[in-house]
Amino acid sequence: MSVKRPIRILIAKPGLDGHDKGAKILAKGLKDAGMEVIYTGIRQAVDSILTAAIQENVDVLGLSILSGSHLSICEELMGKMSKEGLDDIVVLVGGFIPKKDVNRLKELGIAEVFRPNSKINDIVDFIQDKVSNKEMEK
Amino acid sequence: MSDELIDKTDKKRKETNGHSDLKETNTGVKVKLFYGPEDLSNLNYKAALNDPGQYPYTRGIYPTMYRERLWTMRQYTGFSTSENTNSRFKFLLEQGQTGLSLALDLPTQLGLDSDNPMAKNDIGKLGVAIDTLRDMEEIFDGIPLDKISASFTINATASIILSMYVVAAEKQGVPPAKLRGTIQNDIIKEYIARGTYIFPPEPSIRLIGDTIEFCIKHIPKFNSVSVSGTHICECGATPVQGVAYPFLTGIAYIREVLSRGYQIDDIAPLLSFHLIAGGVQFNFFQDIAKLRAARRLWARIMKEQFQSKSEKAMQLKFSTGGMGGGLTEQQPLNNIARIAFYALAAAMAGSQSMNLPCFDEAYAIPTDEAIRTSLRIQQIIAHEIGIPDVVDPLGGSYYVEHLTDFFEQEIKAEMERIDKLGGILKCVEDGAIQKQLAHQAYEIQKKFESKEMVKVGANRFQIDEEEKELEVFEVDPQTLIRQIGRLEQIKAERDNIKLKNALETLQNAAYAKKNLMPYIMEAVRSYATVGEIVGKLKEVYGEAKQASIL
Repeated sequence: MSVKRPIRILIAKPGLDGHDKGAKILAKGLKDAGMEVIYTGIRQAVDSILTAAIQENVDVLGLSILSGSHLSICEELMGKMSKEGLDDIVVLVGGFIPKKDVNRLKELGIAEVFRPNSKINDIVDFIQDKVSNKEMEK
Repeated sequence: MSDELIDKTDKKRKETNGHSDLKETNTGVKVKLFYGPEDLSNLNYKAALNDPGQYPYTRGIYPTMYRERLWTMRQYTGFSTSENTNSRFKFLLEQGQTGLSLALDLPTQLGLDSDNPMAKNDIGKLGVAIDTLRDMEEIFDGIPLDKISASFTINATASIILSMYVVAAEKQGVPPAKLRGTIQNDIIKEYIARGTYIFPPEPSIRLIGDTIEFCIKHIPKFNSVSVSGTHICECGATPVQGVAYPFLTGIAYIREVLSRGYQIDDIAPLLSFHLIAGGVQFNFFQDIAKLRAARRLWARIMKEQFQSKSEKAMQLKFSTGGMGGGLTEQQPLNNIARIAFYALAAAMAGSQSMNLPCFDEAYAIPTDEAIRTSLRIQQIIAHEIGIPDVVDPLGGSYYVEHLTDFFEQEIKAEMERIDKLGGILKCVEDGAIQKQLAHQAYEIQKKFESKEMVKVGANRFQIDEEEKELEVFEVDPQTLIRQIGRLEQIKAERDNIKLKNALETLQNAAYAKKNLMPYIMEAVRSYATVGEIVGKLKEVYGEAKQASIL
């Protein structure tokens, strides 16, 4: 019988925007909910985010994007993830994401998009659901 | 209530001097039910307040304040691409505006040229891309730089942007002494809150010292630093920290220039502050008292600690703004009321300049209507409701004077606490301040989600309404292509031997810790890119490490 380890999540800030209050608040909220959280810090290239995700062996990757560059960043990231065979990592996006872009992001393989006014608890519930379902599928 | 009960309550209140009625406000300050003469029994009018325009300037830095001259009304007029910035500026000048505000894109703020792969998503977004002097020349082409005042939201690369502006003016035949304007040039809050830092703190502060020294000598009408407390408040700083940290920051810049042999009375008048009135932790009377306390404390620090003798050095000049953090996406018209209260607090606190957020700011790039409404709020306060008639109208209020004393002590105590921990630079370098602010921001979020903190329309008094569609900045692919093409062309045309020499001389000056401004200007004249200059300096200074915050 395997010992159940806490869910591991990488919170990342791709691009040049330095406003990371939301990323930090969520990181703390997920930590308080019992998850292991790693935060990349600001100004990360997609490649370095992927390297961190692999090294830290995370279940979930959360991207915080406020600069309006979510589509191009996610296209690049999801493409590289499938090339690297990282499809089992649940990818979430939070930040200033217009509603009209949500479907496009989901088509790219983003599991969920959390727009402004999202509650910490809702994000925690979503992650727990998603990750435990995934374990059961295995 | 029966008479007996009233008597009893009254007696108890007298016995405890009101402390039986302590209530915690939305900002965590404990206040009594009411305040009276006993709360001001130690108040010495001349020492603590004095008339407006008199030390310690608690009641305002000028004797006549708004009767003679209203606060400067500034509203951020949105962003612009390089293509239309010049024509937009010319339009604004024709309309009678004399101050131009230039927003720069993130790559320019971070020293990345437009052909740098890291920059690709952010070129021409949030502002203009400036790679070389050519961009600056085109932005101000045909605009007489001796007739206008230009302000630049620029920090880590402020020395380079200022150099480009000075050289562009030189080419128009305008000497530096005639230039007016402001550069933000406040790096410490970038490490704490805004994120556009490049080099480690120590050389960054030396660069700020270089620009201040250059301004003292050559551009006396230029505000060389605007120390900001607003960004950190949006990131979780308390109202007390929102004054204490910019004060410590300003003092760090002052000490840097003092160490070069200048006098306090040469330096301090060049500093201005941007402080918050409004925001997530807005409390009407407390925000007013905090700003009055800030004025008194700064004057006392300048006089007592730095032996200043000049009035201009002791007078705290500040602009106020509440950024969008206290506004709601839900029922957005409610924000007009919030913004009006922020502005009223700022006016009653004697602010020199105001820029207000806009009612649609929580979900959109402000529309012209929203920008105009924020300007109208200022004009209503200025011209309709009698606020400018009397200076410091709340002076002498039992409550406000009590709060003013309270905030002065608290701000001072927070400054001392940080100094005991090794000073603001150390606390920023090891991440202690970032960690604390992240913790405070998280606590505020929890209070909001649990409804302990009330946000009308967002977590109480809600109605069913459609979620607003967010507007975000999108890059026009044409901007990108044009900017990169232009950069390639300049790189091909310029005298690359002259450029190489200028960059090497600059680097040697950086190793020798000389004032870099003349060297940066020489590199700029040779059409060095912002990225090339920053690159040479990175080899000398290294790059700032991000402090761990979790």
